[in-house]
Amino acid sequence: MAEKKEYKVIGTRPIRHDGVDKVTGRALYGADFQMTGLLHGRVLRSPHAHARIISIDTSRAEAYPGVKGVVTAKDLPDAGDKVADLGEGAVNLKHLCDNILASDKVLYKGHAVAAVAATSPHIAEEACTLIDVEYEVLPPVLEVRQAMEADAPLLHEHLKTTSMGETADEPSNVASHIQHKLGDPEKGFAEADIVVERDFVTGTVHQGYIEPHNATAHFNQDGQLTIWCSTQGAFTVREQVAEILQYPISKIKVVPMEIGGGFGGKISVYIKPVAALLAKKTGKPVKVLMSRADVFEGTGPTPASYIRVKMGATKDGKITAAEAYLAFEAGAYPGAPVGPGAMCIFAPYSIENVVIDGYDVVVNKPKTAPYRAPGAPNAAFGSESVVDEIAEKLDIDPLEIRLLNAAKEGDRRADGPIHPRIGCIETLEATKAHPHYTAPNGKKHHGRGVASGYWFNIGLESSVTINVNSDGTINLIEGSTDIGGTRASIAMQAAEVLGIPAESVNPSVVDTNSVGYTAVTGGSRTTYATGYAAYEAAQEVKRKMIARAAKLWEVNEANVQFADGEFSCINGKEEQISFRDLCAQLGQTGGPIVGSGTVNPGGAGGAYATHVVDVVVDEETGKVEILRYTAVQDAGRAIHPSYVEGQIQGGAVQGIGWALNEEYIYNAEGTMTNASFLDYRMPTCLDLPMIDAVIVEVPNPGHPYGVRGVGEVPIVPPMAAIANAIYDAIGVRMTELPMSPDRLLKAMGKI
Amino acid sequence: MARKSHVQTTINGETVEFLCESRQSLLEVLRDELHLTGAKEGCNNGNCGACSVILDGRLVNSCLVLGVETEGKSVETIEGLAEPDKLHPIQDAFLENAALQCGICTPGFIMSAKALLDSNPNPTEHEIRYWLAGNLCRCTGYDKIVKAVLDVAKASA
Repeated sequence: MAEKKEYKVIGTRPIRHDGVDKVTGRALYGADFQMTGLLHGRVLRSPHAHARIISIDTSRAEAYPGVKGVVTAKDLPDAGDKVADLGEGAVNLKHLCDNILASDKVLYKGHAVAAVAATSPHIAEEACTLIDVEYEVLPPVLEVRQAMEADAPLLHEHLKTTSMGETADEPSNVASHIQHKLGDPEKGFAEADIVVERDFVTGTVHQGYIEPHNATAHFNQDGQLTIWCSTQGAFTVREQVAEILQYPISKIKVVPMEIGGGFGGKISVYIKPVAALLAKKTGKPVKVLMSRADVFEGTGPTPASYIRVKMGATKDGKITAAEAYLAFEAGAYPGAPVGPGAMCIFAPYSIENVVIDGYDVVVNKPKTAPYRAPGAPNAAFGSESVVDEIAEKLDIDPLEIRLLNAAKEGDRRADGPIHPRIGCIETLEATKAHPHYTAPNGKKHHGRGVASGYWFNIGLESSVTINVNSDGTINLIEGSTDIGGTRASIAMQAAEVLGIPAESVNPSVVDTNSVGYTAVTGGSRTTYATGYAAYEAAQEVKRKMIARAAKLWEVNEANVQFADGEFSCINGKEEQISFRDLCAQLGQTGGPIVGSGTVNPGGAGGAYATHVVDVVVDEETGKVEILRYTAVQDAGRAIHPSYVEGQIQGGAVQGIGWALNEEYIYNAEGTMTNASFLDYRMPTCLDLPMIDAVIVEVPNPGHPYGVRGVGEVPIVPPMAAIANAIYDAIGVRMTELPMSPDRLLKAMGKI
Repeated sequence: MARKSHVQTTINGETVEFLCESRQSLLEVLRDELHLTGAKEGCNNGNCGACSVILDGRLVNSCLVLGVETEGKSVETIEGLAEPDKLHPIQDAFLENAALQCGICTPGFIMSAKALLDSNPNPTEHEIRYWLAGNLCRCTGYDKIVKAVLDVAKASA
């Protein structure tokens, strides 16, 4: 499988199938959904970062003209001690429910407390202010190291640290401790000629999708619940809502509308079960929309973290040992992505002796949610800065030291798995050969930095159905919501199998009643796994079409060959028919043809990226400007290169924002003081140069066309690459994110 | 409940009448009263540009304009850009350049780009970046958006 070959459709750049709808404003996103009799819901959120709820009185709100219903946690079924399995590990159901509507305590400013359905959004908003909540305010803890201290305020009285199978006796904010160990780190450090150890701190950052969360829910009189929403996974919404409401999945239909960005942040549900509760209470369809401040304060950011990295190397640059301590803020409930951070931190390297400790710690901030390669960017900021420092101290080129130690097929990652065929070396070689890397860079306060990154990618379940049309086109039914052009990249794989143009495929993303189970659009899995399912479905179509041709020509199926969109007879008969012409004869040869493909592939294959960045530091203001940016990445096989480039460019720019500007700024009471797009400063196009995306193709043996996931790894290298460039420019190692002007001025001794 | 006002305005060349509360923004009117949902709400306070429309020839964030303010004025929205059988060149360029991923910011970017090219048909890359800095995109890193607008400018030069 996956040998180098010429393709007809794969690797081309057709117009995406949903493109016209999206450039004309016709595409319907969650908030665009309308239906007769619709009510509007709004959520009341906690003004305190940490407080006990003494009482909630909704009577004034209920009496307000236009209000049709108010719900609180009391309207949720009792979660008890149940543990829900949502396919991504066990989740404490009480935590899941309490994050939807707080029952006994609020654990962050913005925590949902109650919700109102009314005849207009303005009335619902006004009614929220009439809900009387009495709180006993408690001291918040807002930083991971403080939360780990013995005398820190406790968020959960019953949370006890689990550490490698053991559960502690005393309650703590540390939910869990994990450790990975390889070889003998002590011996490895003893063999080193140089050891570098540094501490790093990263801020809380948000996915920053432009479309706020939304949900419209309706209960029919027969108990059928329908939810129209923007989500990364309709099936995971169905599962979460079923668990939270204790309602059978067979009575829930989730209709995925177009989604305006997610980056991992639209997997967890927030207002979807609330809309359902309001719909149940009022007997009417209810649409709930979040404001931008709700999104910042009430939905998962990615964790702030404290990281310590120690690495040792011989004087010729061989890394002999590596050690990492990762403490991640989970937010209000356990579940920080410290596991993935630990899996990825040293994965670009072949190191014999490694120890990695990870801690999942609750603090009084919103519960974190996945954000593009969750955990890996925090970790790589530490490790890739230390590798750069070792290279500099040993006077070795930063790409050379990476090549000297590069991970390759057969190496064991510190957390266990052995690398399959990977493209770490190839991306480094391509970076070295790029004109950016050899361009002169010597001006005052100008600097160049490089960093690498790894993300493991995932497979998971996908289902695709193909219906063959009589005019030689196919309708492709899928369950993966399209966030960035995956209708095209999935359709192209089916087109390749059937020898038809991409334009002859009509892809549709459908609801949970209309396609087989499909996991989230996340983990860089969609083009890989749903594309794989499309390949399998198209193979079934091909087999059935071959049988029809055989029937038509009265020959054995083994005598029919299919190539380049043509069926031909290979037993001496001069018969030939195109895919299109055979499609016109399905009725006469046995009826319609439907092909289906279902997969849960294990061979996602990891992705590597190396970025090069040039910066200039303004000595007066501390502002860092990005002058040139090159991002090199192994895509395995780029199905639609434009959208692969788009993923690389978008990920790199999110990383630039994370590196230079973005962070949740809290006051002592635990209120985020910058919960708007004006003050939470994401990059605009004026802040950036063009981003040169370079695709390397080392085909993934775990996919028929060699696809590797591409969406996540491009956010891993930028923070360290920029820190390394800043060091090159001004000679200061920046170890705290974001590297904002104030921190730069401090580092340069100006303030 | 506040009494609604009657407003007559022109939207995409057609005379339109609607009733709205004084507190309703143009964005709310477009989306909720007139079902023109091409303009999107990303922030509702003028920071993201997803709701960009052109009001009497001037680019505005429709979330920062009140519906009642449009009395007697002319509004251009994304829905009015394409001809029945042909996309606007900016729309074509966005598709050709793969200048969208999730697409939520796309209508706003296209309206902003139109306002720019209407006043300056041949902008430099810097001018494009300066003009479009009021529109946030979180997916693309802007590279292909800027290239799409450069393509339209080149074609008209």
